[in-house]
Amino acid sequence: MIRVGVVGLGKMGLSHLAMIRAHPEVTVGAVVDSTTYLLDILAKYTAAVPYSDYEEMLDSAKVDAVIIATPTRFHFEMVEMALERGIHVFCEKPLCLTSKESLALADIADRKSLINQVGYHNRFVGTFKEVHRLLEQETIGRVSHVLVEAYGPVVMKAKGSTWRTRKSEGGGCLYDYAAHPTDLLTWYLGTPTAVGGTALGKVFSTETHDEVYSTLFFPSGATGQMSVNWSDESYRKMTTQVTVWGSAGRIYADRQECRVYLRDTATIPAGYTHGWNVRYTTELTDPVWFYLRGEEYSAQLDHFVQRVMGRDIPSVNTFGSAAITDRILEMLTTDDSFGPTTFRDEASEVVSPTGSEQLNGRRVTRRARDVARRFRAASAAFRSGRLDI
Amino acid sequence: MDKLLFGDNQFFGVNHMSEEKARAQAMRFQDLDEVMSVLASAYDAGITTFMCTTHGRVSEICDRVRSQPERFSDFTFHPCMPYAHKYANAVTEDGMLGALRKFMPDEGFLNAALRGGKSLAKKDIEGIITLLVDAEMKMFRGLPTPVIWLQNVVVDLLLGLGFDDAFRIFSDHVQQRYQAEPGFITMNLPMLLTTLRSVGLQNPLVCSNINKIGFRMSGGIQAYRDALEQHDFRAVAMSVFASGAIPPHEAIEWIFEQPNIEAIVFGASSRSHILSTRALVDEMVACPRI
Repeated sequence: MIRVGVVGLGKMGLSHLAMIRAHPEVTVGAVVDSTTYLLDILAKYTAAVPYSDYEEMLDSAKVDAVIIATPTRFHFEMVEMALERGIHVFCEKPLCLTSKESLALADIADRKSLINQVGYHNRFVGTFKEVHRLLEQETIGRVSHVLVEAYGPVVMKAKGSTWRTRKSEGGGCLYDYAAHPTDLLTWYLGTPTAVGGTALGKVFSTETHDEVYSTLFFPSGATGQMSVNWSDESYRKMTTQVTVWGSAGRIYADRQECRVYLRDTATIPAGYTHGWNVRYTTELTDPVWFYLRGEEYSAQLDHFVQRVMGRDIPSVNTFGSAAITDRILEMLTTDDSFGPTTFRDEASEVVSPTGSEQLNGRRVTRRARDVARRFRAASAAFRSGRLDI
Repeated sequence: MDKLLFGDNQFFGVNHMSEEKARAQAMRFQDLDEVMSVLASAYDAGITTFMCTTHGRVSEICDRVRSQPERFSDFTFHPCMPYAHKYANAVTEDGMLGALRKFMPDEGFLNAALRGGKSLAKKDIEGIITLLVDAEMKMFRGLPTPVIWLQNVVVDLLLGLGFDDAFRIFSDHVQQRYQAEPGFITMNLPMLLTTLRSVGLQNPLVCSNINKIGFRMSGGIQAYRDALEQHDFRAVAMSVFASGAIPPHEAIEWIFEQPNIEAIVFGASSRSHILSTRALVDEMVACPRI
């Protein structure tokens, strides 16, 4: 048995609390929140041990691990405080508001050999796991492109203000929604060297964004595209879709099914055939001890618990991998600030990776010159693999 | 209770097998006439109980049924509350209290309960739960609702949190105010049964996934079989086809081999599917335990 503290009782925190409390190998030693009315209710009705002071809980509740589901801006300090006391940490996504902070936390956790995991639950979805397995086996040959889409009805009007609508607190479609598809892209293709064509758009929000579109460039030469919109009411709930194109086939997956087309040139995995294959969630999903809102949410907590208990299973969603995702979110923000880079009347003058002579003798606007310079530098760095992200 | 109950997932774009199919159904059933035509097919096949969420569109179905009392004289509703996405989206948008305010029919009650930051008393919690139930029940006014179900997302959240008293509060209110039987939908049957027993709910009506492949039967298929054998609850089976993963005949045959299943809830979007399921069940009833 391990003792766990659950910190932050919003939508995610409450659902984590319900699942972890039902876990046969866990005792919930404390719940922490700043809202006293919620703590009161839980204390009165569920025998939970309430704390309104996080640090006091860390020092007195004798927990082995904490599950942190507070707004993102609190993550760094809270995670650090737990790690410094030798407490294992499961933290909601995204890990921190800056990748520097995430890396620092990854460092501390590694130094102290503490289990660390971030709530990118898509890596526990049966169909998305199957995509990963097939890509690892190079089933569809050389991957050239991955498209990840995520849509849902979160912000459907201009009013309402919570931390999720404030960019400074890690709210907004980029951090709250697009972090998931970003994480899937890095799981499938690794760390990108560059991003381009990013557009962070507003539909209803004033302080932050509702849409994220971008292209990511990976060391293998593959590209990834992301199309994310959380102001789309035509979807009943958050819906994530992945399409992967390879030289020997194509894979499509959403939460329910994985459809795979394999060419004659593909290496056919066991149970698959040439042409179309469909695998459903019913066959790809392992049972869980307690079901609340999708097996993946239970499975990720179980994975954390098993690791804390010292079971020898591979790490998933470490702080290190979450730091890569956080870094990409920064790249996307920076890229968006450049705005459009290639204009209609400038295209022929600048779109050439071969060097400055292409520009000689032509009238080039200052902006186009800047763009060309950046493009040449980036492509050189990209080709040599030196691009420092 | 009827042996066969008609579910509503197909009408609201819920399909656990395919998002594409879910969308196609959502598009088709945007037209209320299409919904009513399928419901009429079920009704004419003798499946007169509609087990439905409290989705906003169900109020339109209620209006139609109310307006044709002769056509639908035996039509019975089993409301399942709440339609959880409505709440989940509201919590994301407005925060926990904001969402509560939005769905409470009487904002004054909540404001009074929270005034001065004092903690919520037991009667306040009961008040909030019963007012939320009443708000969800409004659309069914004047229609028969012999059973009122609490949806699995809420049941399992309360179950996980250990908020056991809520089941008792819901149960009492539904019986006293609506003279209805309370029902509980869950994905964690063995655990829920233990909890319901502990708060003194005798022989409760519980709906859960029960299917041959054990799909979404948390606690394990063996624990479900033990619970059915023990029979200290009234079992309604859902997801008997495991979203299409089990062929219909095999699925129904297996269900009839299990003891003490009182009813099966299923969804279908065409008359032929309804009739074939009806025929399968009739065949098993006529010739049980093949």
